[in-house]
Amino acid sequence: MKKDMVTIIKKEFARFFGDKRVVFATILMPGLLIYLIYTFMGTGMRKEMSTEEGYVANAYVQNMPEEFSPALSELSAEWKPVSGEELEGAKTAIQEKEADLLVIFPEDFIARTAAYEVTSGESAPNVEIYYNSTEAESTKLYNVMTEMLNAYEASMANKLDINAGEGVYDLATEKDVTGQIFAMLLPMLLMTFMFTGCAAVAPESIAGEKERGTIATLLVTPMKRSSLALGKIISLSSIAILSGLSSFIGTMLSLPNLMGSAKSGMNASVYVLSDYLLLLGIIFTTVLVMVSLISIISAFARSIKEASTAVSPLMVVVMLISLTPMFGGGEKSLGIFFIPLYNSVQSIHGIFSFTYQPVQVVITILVNVVASGLFTWVLTRMFNNEKVMFSK
Amino acid sequence: MEKAHSIEKEQSMEKRRSIEKEQSMEKGQSMEEILRVEGLKKTFKLSSKQQKIEKTNEKVKVAVDHLSFTAYRGEVFGLLGPNGAGKTTTLRMLATLIKPDEGDAVLDGASIVKNPEEVRGKIGFLTSELKLEEFFTPNYLFDFFADLHGVPEEEKNARRKEMFERFGIDRFAEVKVGNLSTGMKQKVSLVISMVHNPDIIIFDEPTNGLDVLTAKVVTDFLVDLKKQGKTVIVSTHIFSLIEKICDRVGIIINGRMEVCDTLKAITGDKSLEDRFFEIYEEKAGKIA
Repeated sequence: MKKDMVTIIKKEFARFFGDKRVVFATILMPGLLIYLIYTFMGTGMRKEMSTEEGYVANAYVQNMPEEFSPALSELSAEWKPVSGEELEGAKTAIQEKEADLLVIFPEDFIARTAAYEVTSGESAPNVEIYYNSTEAESTKLYNVMTEMLNAYEASMANKLDINAGEGVYDLATEKDVTGQIFAMLLPMLLMTFMFTGCAAVAPESIAGEKERGTIATLLVTPMKRSSLALGKIISLSSIAILSGLSSFIGTMLSLPNLMGSAKSGMNASVYVLSDYLLLLGIIFTTVLVMVSLISIISAFARSIKEASTAVSPLMVVVMLISLTPMFGGGEKSLGIFFIPLYNSVQSIHGIFSFTYQPVQVVITILVNVVASGLFTWVLTRMFNNEKVMFSK
Repeated sequence: MEKAHSIEKEQSMEKRRSIEKEQSMEKGQSMEEILRVEGLKKTFKLSSKQQKIEKTNEKVKVAVDHLSFTAYRGEVFGLLGPNGAGKTTTLRMLATLIKPDEGDAVLDGASIVKNPEEVRGKIGFLTSELKLEEFFTPNYLFDFFADLHGVPEEEKNARRKEMFERFGIDRFAEVKVGNLSTGMKQKVSLVISMVHNPDIIIFDEPTNGLDVLTAKVVTDFLVDLKKQGKTVIVSTHIFSLIEKICDRVGIIINGRMEVCDTLKAITGDKSLEDRFFEIYEEKAGKIA
């Protein structure tokens, strides 16, 4: 039985690795595409948010109070005073992206704000700031101006300060920051990559063999059906892991590019070897569950197309399950680790957020092995079922 | 009623066996039984669409109806019948691709019901239904199937050389099957089915769809197999093929074995074609 199983594994590998285009599309392309897309997205977003080095903004101001003059002149902007008749022209210039900001202070702004009583019921002195949100420089200057005015307002009634000292008040460690970001993103990403890896190879190998009529040629050999099922599942899982690994590496490499400024404080070295080993155990056994499940669905299908369509609902289920760590929290009951796939998501989340208990991960791995064994048995039965194998 | 029917069938089979035995004794041959088929029955459920096509209200179609026959070592046994008679279904049951509803067949001591894996190790099965992975080369496929059949390395290499040379595959041994001509693909399929040098060879419509040259190569090969002492079970609706290679013939009509005897005993002084239509009209009615 073992010899036949190895023969099937070798054949599946020869079929896969012998086709350079398939290897490129299944293993190299996912990681490469993810890296390029995420890097492009990150760079694009940062470019959109950042302003040009040494840029001097073109700003208009009406009734600028003397007290504000030093602060405004420190900003990288050329402030031009405007009269009432020129206001519409200034707004048009901002709209047409020829100018960046227009600030209209009420007359006697300082005196009026000092005299204003909140309890009087009258409207507070209003500063109007016109800007163009599609222009990064305009938006940046608007934000600076708003912050400055808010600070001025706060200084007028300074009853309390928050974190006014020079100390570091956010006590989150590098480990916490990394754990938070990884635990939020990676369970979903890993599950998705693993599933797409499995879905890329299993339907072709099972439903494809049925469609091409080559499965009957295998079934007429003296090999046990269980050897065929096991050989297929082990080889497909290995290929799916490679595909998932490619996506994972692509993600990890591009994550700093995608996260931009948030990358500070993120460091994958906060995880120790045992964390990575447990993670590998979960990944391997989860892929076994996924491949065996998709193989069963594919064995029912009459063509690759039918199998791919039939696998889609399972993909949706996996995606939904993968999102659960974002909403859940608190103590996890041990019972949930007996549910295949869901247990993997919870364990991956636990590992990345440093909240797992070893018993939970061990149960997950054992349950996954038992589940994939059960699914392999079902697949063996299906290989024995002429109605399933030879349905037209 | 059912019991009486099966007793009647059993008696009829016993009678047939004793006649066959007597015939072999008369010929002075020592005929070793290598395949015994007993009361094989196979039914298929009909969908409502199939019921309309078949113009029937029956939800179940009996494809093979208590079929029995015996084949002896070293003979070519032909299953003759029109399309849909149950020939392919019978051969698929013998190859253990599908299971019989009733009955059993014993091939060289192995039962298709109880020991299907052992049966598969003893037979070579060729049908157009069995396809080869077009991605692989004949060389790779030969190795792959030889490994699945547990053929030792030396024997495998010697057999590959002999078979590839005989069928002219050696020049295309490293060409992907998908790039081969239809005739060459059929030859590769034939060689692959014989990779383990089986004693019993089951061929379903072996010359169907082949050009005359390839068909001759296949026919000559079947004759050679007989000379080597192999038992060949072949299904066909081609009279000339039966007349050329078969020792004994079973005529299947509507899933039933209507006649099973030596070619000479069946035809007498008539041609097989004339005799077949006589039997057909006698059993199934006038040909429309």
